[in-house]
Amino acid sequence: MEQTNFQLKKQDAQTHEWDTRLHHATKATREDWIGRGISYFCIGIIILVVASMLWFITSKGIATFTQNHVSLWKFLSGTDWAPDQGKIGALPMILGSFAVTFAAAIVATPFAVGTAIFMTEISPNRGRKFLQPVIELLVGIPSVVYGFIGLAVIVPFMRHLVGGSGFGIISATFVLFVMVLPTITSMTVDSLRAVPRYYKEASLALGATRWQTVSRVILRSATSGILTAVIFGMARAFGEALAVQMVIGNAAVMPKNLISPASTLTSQLTTGIGDTIDGTLPNNALWSLALILLLMSLFFNALVRVIAKRGQLKHER
Amino acid sequence: MLKEYSYEETAVQTFDDKMPLAMRTENMQVFYGNNHALFDANLAFPKNQITALIGASGSGKSTYLRSLNRMNDGIATVTGRIWYHGVNVNEPGVNIYEIRRHIGMVFQRPNPFAKSIRENIVYALRANGIKKKDELAKRVEQSLKGAALWDEVKDNLDKSALSLSGGQQQRLCIARSIAMAPDVLLLDEPCSALDPISTVKVEETLLELQKKYTIIIVTHNMQQASRISSQCAFFHLGHIMEYAPTGTMFSNPQIPVTQDYISGSFG
Repeated sequence: MEQTNFQLKKQDAQTHEWDTRLHHATKATREDWIGRGISYFCIGIIILVVASMLWFITSKGIATFTQNHVSLWKFLSGTDWAPDQGKIGALPMILGSFAVTFAAAIVATPFAVGTAIFMTEISPNRGRKFLQPVIELLVGIPSVVYGFIGLAVIVPFMRHLVGGSGFGIISATFVLFVMVLPTITSMTVDSLRAVPRYYKEASLALGATRWQTVSRVILRSATSGILTAVIFGMARAFGEALAVQMVIGNAAVMPKNLISPASTLTSQLTTGIGDTIDGTLPNNALWSLALILLLMSLFFNALVRVIAKRGQLKHER
Repeated sequence: MLKEYSYEETAVQTFDDKMPLAMRTENMQVFYGNNHALFDANLAFPKNQITALIGASGSGKSTYLRSLNRMNDGIATVTGRIWYHGVNVNEPGVNIYEIRRHIGMVFQRPNPFAKSIRENIVYALRANGIKKKDELAKRVEQSLKGAALWDEVKDNLDKSALSLSGGQQQRLCIARSIAMAPDVLLLDEPCSALDPISTVKVEETLLELQKKYTIIIVTHNMQQASRISSQCAFFHLGHIMEYAPTGTMFSNPQIPVTQDYISGSFG
């Protein structure tokens, strides 16, 4: 009895020793905690910033409707924009934004896809060595430079070509075309490179030509990636302010044609934001424009996610 | 430890004029950049027989096979002559699309397109200029029957090809190749990604297909070679060491390296 007790005590002591040894903090566990702490802190800050921005823009943006009692429908469908006289029809800017965005995407996509096919299928070596850096450079040029070139080259060119002032949707389209082209191209290149090599081999081994292989197999299986690229390009075009403002003419009137001055949501924001007083209708109306921009970019993001998901489903095997 | 074998001592059979041949290579060399991957490949393939190419990994058997229908274009440099219907098809002026139409290929990994079963076959036919609807439908049925897949998929032709099992996908790839009525069918380890039951089905399909086509198959699996092939060529480190009727090769290999490989000393 005595002996067993002694043994138990000894065992207890050993268990206790192991217990502390296995539970006490070491350098490794402390590092773990610190690392986790830092990343939680960072992500917390980011979430805070994003959430407060969303809240800020939303609360400011809806003030037009809650405080100034403008009807949402009138805001979206009205064609007169004169906030200091109480007229805040945003349709001209909404139309202008969509017009330049879609026009730029439509013009840029064929060029981008063609360039991407050249870089991946026709001349992969030259594509990687020469074109890749050029495109990366084009992505990095500040938008004010693009706008300046547009102002100095494209606007006078359009003036000579079709008359008028040269400012307008078509000039903005040209500038945006150059700006979104590298975005769409480089993302399309990525999605073409991601097409499995065995698809290409399967097609070639069946006697299909290079053109048939590219158009019916490679482009087909890269469709979701290419669509994503185009939407990213459109998001960039939709949100571009400075370069567009420099060439579009900034007349808040309904766009009648492609060559008369018009304006977009972004260009109206940058033009008007300095002239308004916080809390007044003209200021609130600009925030409402910003809210539309925000909602549109959320929409573009959602669209990209939906497309990516559908693309994934297609490739599951 | 791999023994050194002399490359001088080879036992490659040739055929006399009475044997009808589907194709033949003469002094074929293959280079990947500066790397000489295949040396002096001289093989002839009798019509309507299955020829197996065996050998360890890296022995050059897949490289050889891929050169036969010019799939190595742009990947490797292939010199020497590839005779097909009396024409050297390893020349710049030759239309590679025509060659691949007559010399079909099935790959190691089943690679159907992410399209429906029907579209997978129709793609090949359209690529070769067949557009009439009834002709397309007829060919789809014929080729799926030829690949012994028809009974399993005839009610689901519009289902995605990727929903098929691995063995069915591989037979679909075979069906896709024979839809264009090729002369020669090249198969690059078609069963290595398949389970034993699917493998049996593919092998049965091939035995049936040899009545109409000449089949050249690369395989890792010596039992498979002995089960289905009539002729067998053994590759070792880029050299063709022995080429003989399959029965002879497995019961009475002529040179030490083949003996060692077949008895399982390496590989």
